[in-house]
Amino acid sequence: MSSAAVTTASASPATSTGKSVHARLGAAFSGRLVIIIPYVWLLFFFLIPFVIVFKISLSQTAIAIPPYTPALDISGGFSGFLAQLKQLNLDNYTWLTQDALYFNAYVTSVIIAAISTVLTLLVGYPIAYGMARAPATIRPTLLMLVILPFWTSFLIRVYAWIGILKPEGLLNQLLLATGVIHQPLIILNTYTAIFIGIVYSYLPFMVLPLYSALEKMDYSLIEAAKDLGCPPTSAFWKITFPLSLPGVIAGCLLVFIPAVGEFVIPDLLGGSQTLMIGKTLWNEFFGNRDWPLSSAVAVILLLLLIVPIMLFQRAQARAQEMDR
Amino acid sequence: MKSLGSIRRDFTPWNDPNAKPYIQFDNVTKKFGDFTAVNNLSLTIFEREFFALLGASGCGKSTLLRMLAGFEEPTAGRILLDGQDLRGIPPYRRPVNMMFQSYALFPHMTVENNIAFGLKQDGMPKPEIAARVAEMLRLVKLEQFAKRKPHQLSGGQRQRVALARSVAKRPKVLLLDEPLGALDKKLREETQFELMDLQQNLGLTFVVVTHDQEEAMTMADRIAIIDKGEVMQVATPAEVYEAPGSRFVAGFVGNVNMFEGKIARGEAGAASIDAGNGITIRTDNAGTASAGTAVTFAIRPEKIKVSSKKPAEAINAIEGEVYDIAYLGDMTVFHVRLDDGQVVRASTMNAARITEDPLSWNDRAWVSFRPDAGVVLTR
Amino acid sequence: MNTTWSRFNITSVVLGFAFLYLPIVLLIVFSFNESKLVTVWGGFSTKWYVSLFHNQGLMDATWVTARVGLISATVATVLGTLAALALTRYTRFKGRVLFSGMVFAPLVMPEVITGLSLLLLFVAVGLNRGILTVTLAHITLTMCFVAVVVQSRLITFDRSLEEAAMDLGATPVKTFFQITLPVIMPAIVSGWMLAFTLSLDDLVIASFTSGPGATTLPMKIYSQVRLGVTPEINAACTILIAVVAIGVIIASLANKRREVQRQLDEQAAQRG
Repeated sequence: MSSAAVTTASASPATSTGKSVHARLGAAFSGRLVIIIPYVWLLFFFLIPFVIVFKISLSQTAIAIPPYTPALDISGGFSGFLAQLKQLNLDNYTWLTQDALYFNAYVTSVIIAAISTVLTLLVGYPIAYGMARAPATIRPTLLMLVILPFWTSFLIRVYAWIGILKPEGLLNQLLLATGVIHQPLIILNTYTAIFIGIVYSYLPFMVLPLYSALEKMDYSLIEAAKDLGCPPTSAFWKITFPLSLPGVIAGCLLVFIPAVGEFVIPDLLGGSQTLMIGKTLWNEFFGNRDWPLSSAVAVILLLLLIVPIMLFQRAQARAQEMDR
Repeated sequence: MKSLGSIRRDFTPWNDPNAKPYIQFDNVTKKFGDFTAVNNLSLTIFEREFFALLGASGCGKSTLLRMLAGFEEPTAGRILLDGQDLRGIPPYRRPVNMMFQSYALFPHMTVENNIAFGLKQDGMPKPEIAARVAEMLRLVKLEQFAKRKPHQLSGGQRQRVALARSVAKRPKVLLLDEPLGALDKKLREETQFELMDLQQNLGLTFVVVTHDQEEAMTMADRIAIIDKGEVMQVATPAEVYEAPGSRFVAGFVGNVNMFEGKIARGEAGAASIDAGNGITIRTDNAGTASAGTAVTFAIRPEKIKVSSKKPAEAINAIEGEVYDIAYLGDMTVFHVRLDDGQVVRASTMNAARITEDPLSWNDRAWVSFRPDAGVVLTR
Repeated sequence: MNTTWSRFNITSVVLGFAFLYLPIVLLIVFSFNESKLVTVWGGFSTKWYVSLFHNQGLMDATWVTARVGLISATVATVLGTLAALALTRYTRFKGRVLFSGMVFAPLVMPEVITGLSLLLLFVAVGLNRGILTVTLAHITLTMCFVAVVVQSRLITFDRSLEEAAMDLGATPVKTFFQITLPVIMPAIVSGWMLAFTLSLDDLVIASFTSGPGATTLPMKIYSQVRLGVTPEINAACTILIAVVAIGVIIASLANKRREVQRQLDEQAAQRG
C-alpha cells in the first residue's frame, strides 16, 4: 500500500499563527458561512431548547394549550418578560425531591446503566479482541457484520427480544424442551430483561471503539513481552488492556450515557414493574401531560449526565488530536 | 574565498557582480508561534540556476520553499521574484509551481487531467491544452498511461506525473520538495540525472529542498546549507566539500577529521598549528588567521594516507595505532588512534587487488597528509 | 498476517455474532409463520405480508417516514459537512468549544431530553407539530452524526492536494469544488446513509415532535407492539431490515469491488 504511505508522509507545518493559505482558502469561499450556518442551526435547535426546558421546568402545570403557565409570550416586551419571571418558582424541583418515586428512578437508572455498561464491556471485549486478531483479509467483513445490526431499526431489535424472553417464548420453549428447567423462567418485565436489552442494543457501540483501539495495537508488543518472560495473562493486563484503554473509555461512555435515559428498552422489556427515569419522563409527559414536571425531570437528568458527556467530548477531542 | 569553479558547466552568475538576482530572500523571518523556523535569512538565486536547500529535517528549508510558493507569508522581511515583491500574492497567482513531497496527485483525476489541471485554470484553449499535455507525457515517458488514475501507477511513475504537472505551466521557478525522497535508491540515482537534463532542456530555475547531501551535490549548481533557520554557507558542491566555511558545514557534508589547535607561526597563508600533545600541523590554507588564533584544522579521510612506516617525504606525519579497519570493497576505512587518544579516520581507494603494505588491528601506523590537504576553520 | 487466531478468539467472535444476529433471524423466520401465535410455528405462509400491504395506516406511516428521512438526511448532510469543515479547518474561532460541544453532545444525549426540548421549542415559537417539526428535529440530530463521519475523513485529508491545486492556479473556491469535495465525497455519501437510517429508526424524538397526521413507521410499530406481538409487525420489520440490509450490502460490495480493482491495479503498476 504505497499510496497510503505517500499520503501520510506529507508532514507540513500547517499550523501557523500568521494568515496561512488555508485560512485564506476558508475565508474566501465561505465568508465564514461554513461556521455560521451550522452554528446558528445548533444554537437554535439544540442550545435554546435547553434554555426553554429550564424555563418551563420553573412554571406551573395548567389545563391549557400549551399546558403550563406562564406561557412563553414575547409580545409583552421586556417588562412583560420580567413579570413572567416573577411567576417562576422551584415547586417542581421541590416536588421531585419529596416524591421518592423520582429519586428511586434516577438512582436505579444510573445503577442499571452502570451494570449494563460493565456487562457490555465484558461481552464486547472478547468479540473486539477476536476481531482484531482475525486474519486481515476477513477483518473488514467482520467489521461490517458488527455495524450491520446498527443499521437495522433499534426498535425492531428490542422488539425481537419480546418473542424470545416471554414466558411462552422461544427461550423457555427451548429450555423446557431440553429439560433444563421445568417451570418457565420469568425474564420479560424484569430488570434482567432490561440488562439483556441494553447489552444487546448497545453492543456495537462498545465493540467498535474497542476494535479500533485493539486493531491499531502492534501485536509484536505482546511477543516482546512474552520474549521478556511475561506470561500471556499478565501480558494482557500489562500491555493489551492499558493500550486499549482509550477504546474502553469511549465505549463505556457511548453505552452509559444514552442508557441512563433509555426509554424503549425499559418500556418494552421492563414492563410496568421496573423503574427508569426515561420512562418516567415519558409517562409524565404523554400520560399526565405534566410538561413543567417532565421538564424538571429532564433538567436533573441532564445535570446528572453533564460530567460523563464532558468526559466523552474530551475523549473525542483527544482521539482526534491523535489522528492528526 | 577562492572559487574552485564549476565542474559541470560554465554557468557562474554568482561570481558576476553585474548579474541580476532572480529570487531574493531579504532578511526573511518566519515564526510559528514561539518557534522561529526561519531567522533573518537572506539568499540570492539566479535565473536558470539549479539551487539546493540542504539541511536536516526541521531546519526551516521547507518553510523557505512554502513561503516562495505562497503557502506561508514571512513574519518579517520580503521575498522578491524577478524584482517583484511577492508579499500578499496568493499561491494561485504566483508564477512558480511546486512538486510536492507527497506528489499530491489528485486521486480522482486521470494522469492527463492531473497534468492539464493547471492549464485549465489559466483558461488555455482546449487544443493547446491537449498539445501541451501530450508534450509533457512524452517528456516524462508516460504516453501510454494518460488515462490511468494515480493509484494505478508505480511510485516512480507517480513521481514523473507530479513532475510533468508542475512543469506543464512553464513556471518561472519550479520548487521541488524532497522530489526523490519516496523513491528507492536505484531509481533515485537515475532520476537525479533526468531532473538535471529536464532543467537544462526547459531552461527553468529549480529550487530543490533535500536532506540528502549526495542528491544536492549531484544535481545542484549551488547549495545553501541551512541550520536552525539560518544559512550556514552558500557555495558550489565542490566548494562546500573542499572549502567548508565553518565547522558545522565541514561536519555536515561528508566525513571529516578535526583537530583543535592554535596558530603557532604563519606567513602568507601557510602556518603551523599547535594541536597539543606534541602534534604540529603544517598547512598552506591558514588564510589570514594570525598567530595565537584558536582554529580547527579539518581534513577529509580520503586525503589522509596510512602506512606502517613513516613516509620519508611527509611534512605532516603522526604516529598511532590501528584501531579499526572497515573493508568496503572499493575502499578501505582505517580508524587510527593517535597517541593522544584522538581517532583519525582515513580512507584508501583499493586501486590494486592486493595491498602491499597490509595493516592489521593494533599495528603501529603513521597517518600522513600534504600541507594543502586540509582547511583551517575559525568559525 | 500470521498472528494466531486462537480457538478462544474464534469462539468469542462466533458467539458474539450469534448473539447479535439470532434475534433478528428469529424475527424474520416467524414473519413467515402461518400461526397467529408469534412463537409457535404453524407452517410457512406469506399471508402477513399480504395483509401488511392492505394496512392503510402502516402504508401511510411508511410514506411519512420515507419523506422525513430523505429530506432530513439531505439537509443534515449539507449542515453536517459544513460543521465538519468548520471543526477541522478552523482551529480557533470564538465559541469553538461551545460549537464542538453542540456537535458531539447529541451523539450521546438521551433521546427523551432531545425530544422534549425540541418539542418545547416548537411550541414556544408557535410551530404546529407535523412532518415539518419531525424533519427539523431529525436534521438536528443526524447532522451531528454526519459531522463526525465527514470530520474523520477530513482529518486524514492530505492538505497538500489543496495546496497543489492552488499552486497550479486554482482559486480557493475552485479548489474546494474541484478537489476537496470530490475527494471527501465517499464520506459524505456514507454520512447521508447514516442520517437516513437514523431518521428511519427514530421513535422517541419523532413521538415528541410529531403531530396528528405525521405518524412515522416506528411510531406505528411501537403503538402496535404495545398492543401485543403480531406476525404482521414481524413482516413489517422484516421488510424494513431487508431494505436496509440490501442497501448496506450493495454499498459494501461496490466498495469491495472498487478496492479489489484498486489492488489489482496497484499490483499491475508495480510490475510495470
